Amino acid sequence: MTLAPNATSPISHIVTTNVDKNQPGRSAWKAVTTPFRAVSRPLSISLSVLVWVAVIGGWFALTYSGAVKEMFLPRPESVLITTINMALDGSLWEHVLASVQVVLIGFVISSVVAVPLGLTMGTYRIVQAALDPLVNFIRYLPVTSFVPLFILWIGIGIEQRVAVIIFGIFFQQLVMIADSARGVQRDLVNAAYTLGTKRGDTVFHIVFPATLPNVLDVLRVTMGWAWTYLVVAELVAARSGLGYISLKAMRGFQVDVIFMAIALIGILGLCTDQLFRGIRRLVAPWAN
Amino acid sequence: MDAMTLATKPKSADIGIDNVVLRYGKGDNAVLALDGISFHVVPNEFCVIVGPSGCGKSSLLYLIAGLEERTGGMISVGGKPVTEPGPDRGMVFQAYTLFPWLTVAQNVEYGPKRQGMPAAERRTIVEHFLQEVGLAKFANHYPSQLSGGMKQRVAIARALANDPQVLLMDEPFGALDSQTRHSMQKLLLRIWDHSKKTVLFVTHDIDEAILLADRVLVMSGRPGQIKKEIRVGFSRPRSMDLVMEPNFIAMKREILELLKNDEDDEH
Repeated sequence: MTLAPNATSPISHIVTTNVDKNQPGRSAWKAVTTPFRAVSRPLSISLSVLVWVAVIGGWFALTYSGAVKEMFLPRPESVLITTINMALDGSLWEHVLASVQVVLIGFVISSVVAVPLGLTMGTYRIVQAALDPLVNFIRYLPVTSFVPLFILWIGIGIEQRVAVIIFGIFFQQLVMIADSARGVQRDLVNAAYTLGTKRGDTVFHIVFPATLPNVLDVLRVTMGWAWTYLVVAELVAARSGLGYISLKAMRGFQVDVIFMAIALIGILGLCTDQLFRGIRRLVAPWAN
Repeated sequence: MDAMTLATKPKSADIGIDNVVLRYGKGDNAVLALDGISFHVVPNEFCVIVGPSGCGKSSLLYLIAGLEERTGGMISVGGKPVTEPGPDRGMVFQAYTLFPWLTVAQNVEYGPKRQGMPAAERRTIVEHFLQEVGLAKFANHYPSQLSGGMKQRVAIARALANDPQVLLMDEPFGALDSQTRHSMQKLLLRIWDHSKKTVLFVTHDIDEAILLADRVLVMSGRPGQIKKEIRVGFSRPRSMDLVMEPNFIAMKREILELLKNDEDDEH
């Protein structure tokens, strides 16, 4: 009665026993060039910091050397100063809040429908037969081409931006969630039947928990797409938001503001990504 | 209901298989998987079906469980015809089928919970059966933290916790190494001795079949038919050393011959 031993692959075993103690440099090289082999935490952190430093350093070099005019590429510190100024006068928060609001409303409405419908579609062939061709057709329609249509139908209020986001992510969510429901191991469902699960309870008791880690991953990924579609919507018709200030800044040649908006969307995206990873760890602890 | 009354209150039924036919596909592509199988398993019996892979022995279990639909014939459990799956027929599968999102204790509790049993009663049952399979300490582990043998022990506990009338086992130890397999066989015999369930066990391992069974049904493949029925008279409890006894070896040889003839027929 022992726990399953942690998998030590035969490869790593061979590597550690064959290391020549007299040649530490060579064995370290061998270690980091072995496919799929883990690297130490300090090494992985220093590498990611190094890449960031290189990118920002390159930015400094390009602007300070005069290689690129400041009209096209602002200096890093002017982006920072602009950000601080807009944060102090409050306009930054107003735009961030406007964007976050649109993304959240669109994402929540889309997900609340897509999750149950996707699970049903993946579980019941009859629902799949009915919806699959239509959904796959719509999925390939370019969202951007619908923006004028939405403006015509819904106007230029927040509803229009929300609609763009829903249209952009809903069908993708539906297809991916249905796929993961279809992938549920049949014998898991069979076992549930022999334990007294009713046919009608299968989606709730088996398919839903079995796909929960996958569903959360789908939500995390589509949240990123929601940010993309937000900018599309705000570029065309909006009075506030990060996409809107980018467009306004372009007209006034304020490149630093555009950079700020892009960086902020990146940071917000990173935050929601981490949030979803946290939620996944919390509600699906078995899948870590 | 405490552990003692649980252990001393056996509930088991007979299994009647009458001229069962299973055909896959239609027309020229139709495959006859089972061709008029008939046998009867009496209450409390440990019956083992042994046969080559693809002979339809697993399909037969799925039919009894109600997970597949038969093309013809009659299947009844406890005198009741089988029409759909139900908790009266517990099953342990060859693949690991523990629910990964539930802990060991929650997996065992799953069946009783579906039947609407109160929480206090469920707790007693979970404790009893985890004790029985020697995994009380692992109640709060997730299946992914267990070895293959432990997963199948939980699967047995989960099936029994529902107090089924019969226990269907589809090569449950097929994926385990031989040491683990031996300890699982011992454990299963002990549990069966306590619970006295009717067991129908499918395997392609002849040693396993003779060690466990009151009666071995030897099945031939394509189409699947019962070739011979062999009563295994060895006294219980049986030791794993039985495999070296001349009587055991003679019986093993007989079954091997039956399966070999089957192979020759195919060529």
